[in-house]
Amino acid sequence: MITASTIPLFVALPLAGAFLTVLLKRIKGIPDTFGVMVTIGTFVMSVFAVIQLEIGQRIICNIGNWGGFQEVLGKIVGIQLVVDGLTAFMLVVVNLIAFLVAVYSVNYMTRYTEKWQFYSLFLLMLAGMNGVLITGDMFNLFVFVEIASIASYALVAFGTGKRELEASFKYAVMGSIASLLILLGVILLYSNTGTLNMADMTRILAGRDHPALLYFVFALFLAGFGLKAALVPFHAWLPDAHPSAPAPISAMLSGVLIKALGVYVIARVFYNLFGFPHEVSLILMTLGAISMGVGALVALRQWDLKRLLAYSSISQVGFIMLGLGIGTPLAILGALFHLFNHSMFKSLLFLDSGAIEYAAHTRDLKEMGGLAKKMPITNGSTIIGAMSLAGIPPFAGFWSKLIIIVAAVQASHMKLAAWAVLMSIVTIAYVLKAVRFAFLGELKKQFANITEVPAFMRVSLIILALVCLFGGLLLIPDLRNGFLGQAVEVLTRVSGV
Amino acid sequence: MDAYLPYVLCLVLFCIGIYAVISKRNIIKIIIGVIIAEYAVNLFLILVAYKAGGRSPIFSRTQEILPEAMVDPLPHALVLTSIVIGLATTAFLIALAVRLYGKYGTFDISRMRELRG
Repeated sequence: MITASTIPLFVALPLAGAFLTVLLKRIKGIPDTFGVMVTIGTFVMSVFAVIQLEIGQRIICNIGNWGGFQEVLGKIVGIQLVVDGLTAFMLVVVNLIAFLVAVYSVNYMTRYTEKWQFYSLFLLMLAGMNGVLITGDMFNLFVFVEIASIASYALVAFGTGKRELEASFKYAVMGSIASLLILLGVILLYSNTGTLNMADMTRILAGRDHPALLYFVFALFLAGFGLKAALVPFHAWLPDAHPSAPAPISAMLSGVLIKALGVYVIARVFYNLFGFPHEVSLILMTLGAISMGVGALVALRQWDLKRLLAYSSISQVGFIMLGLGIGTPLAILGALFHLFNHSMFKSLLFLDSGAIEYAAHTRDLKEMGGLAKKMPITNGSTIIGAMSLAGIPPFAGFWSKLIIIVAAVQASHMKLAAWAVLMSIVTIAYVLKAVRFAFLGELKKQFANITEVPAFMRVSLIILALVCLFGGLLLIPDLRNGFLGQAVEVLTRVSGV
Repeated sequence: MDAYLPYVLCLVLFCIGIYAVISKRNIIKIIIGVIIAEYAVNLFLILVAYKAGGRSPIFSRTQEILPEAMVDPLPHALVLTSIVIGLATTAFLIALAVRLYGKYGTFDISRMRELRG
């Protein structure tokens, strides 16, 4: 069961796993075992957290024994770790993908040397992401953002080819600037409120009008976390960085990193800390709409499968931001559900692109063709993921897009709703292009004797495909109240929508 | 005006760093730009903590010192963390620069054109 004393394990387990992997790297099989065991451990814990939490309940853990000092000053001094509905929801998403990616990597990463380096960086990144989710302290949030980011810079450069190094350099420089903006925002908030604890900050800020300084902080946070989330004016690093990483890491980066570090923090900070001011709502809707358009239209003319998927991520994050920007409870539900679905189908599609690369050694859509007969499982799971991305009715992606569009209509943003529908159609177009060129048509001569990918990779693909297929069931009232409802409640309660 | 001068200088330093990152073509100069911007932010952290005529934040048995009379100790602790993170980022960027030099034989970023579109 999850109690105050077990919360730190979400960070401690992956962190310990990362260091032990380095220490015990010489023993055969240790990196794989640690990677899979740690991620399954954190995943099971996050599921327990979701089951255990009631609506509106929070589990709080105070780090360090600051008791006496705290009473003198009358405020919380140490770091607080908090698990509430939104955190538990995000923990499940992050740790589920991390677990499946770890299983997939057991086979896939044999192509690269030095598996232990991969797993230790991977677990460090997971520790950073879990830390971002559970922390209740602004500076601590910045530290965890940096842990996850630096691990991801290194993972993008993992192949150490020309492309990888160049993409990683671009990503690292832009990411560092974003982190500086975030740090600047945190300092300004601290100087304004005299505390770093988020709950205290909320209370202090709620009693005030918005002075000019706060608007400056909004801008800093939007730019900083917007860059981590790859919103459109800040997206330039993503189409290079995500395709350059090894496929499992592309799945992690596109599937959960941009959401844990970007979308989640934007939601947490702007809804819970600042009470969702009107200006931010407008900015989020605008940026969301622009991201949707730019990502989808540029994705149409990509011939590199992973690059196409990366641009599609920008477009789908735009959908999520649009939902968050509208800000009605229904729109938030749609946004969070789309976040969940996007994690699932985008990870699945990146893992599929990795499977194709593993078997056929190419990422260029023009060179593929006719793989359907040779790789039935990859083919099937890609089609399920692609249909979910395109929003074809029984699949999960359809329901979340529908909710966002309905919410936009209800909030009488007709133009945005129409724009979202139009971009969904463009999505169908680029998805069909990918499936058509990779799997249908004549089998090329050089692929005559390729085979389906190994067992561990197949397991991950099948599980993710099942989640994409049946994800719509999460909207059944009983399930919805326990899982998505909790998370929506956290965001709507404080903002008073 | 004098009271704001350190903050303005800090901002100028930050802008110099960002300018270097945006306009320079040499990888090493870009990295130096990142470092300058980072130091500007660290400096700003220390400035926020400073209080004119503040004492060092140590409680004493022999005389009564109110917390209000002290310099704020928390940002000093934070800036250490921030410097260490900066070290990690810088070390990583420099390692990348060395590897990039090995691949391309140049530090000029405009000649590295593997990625487009």
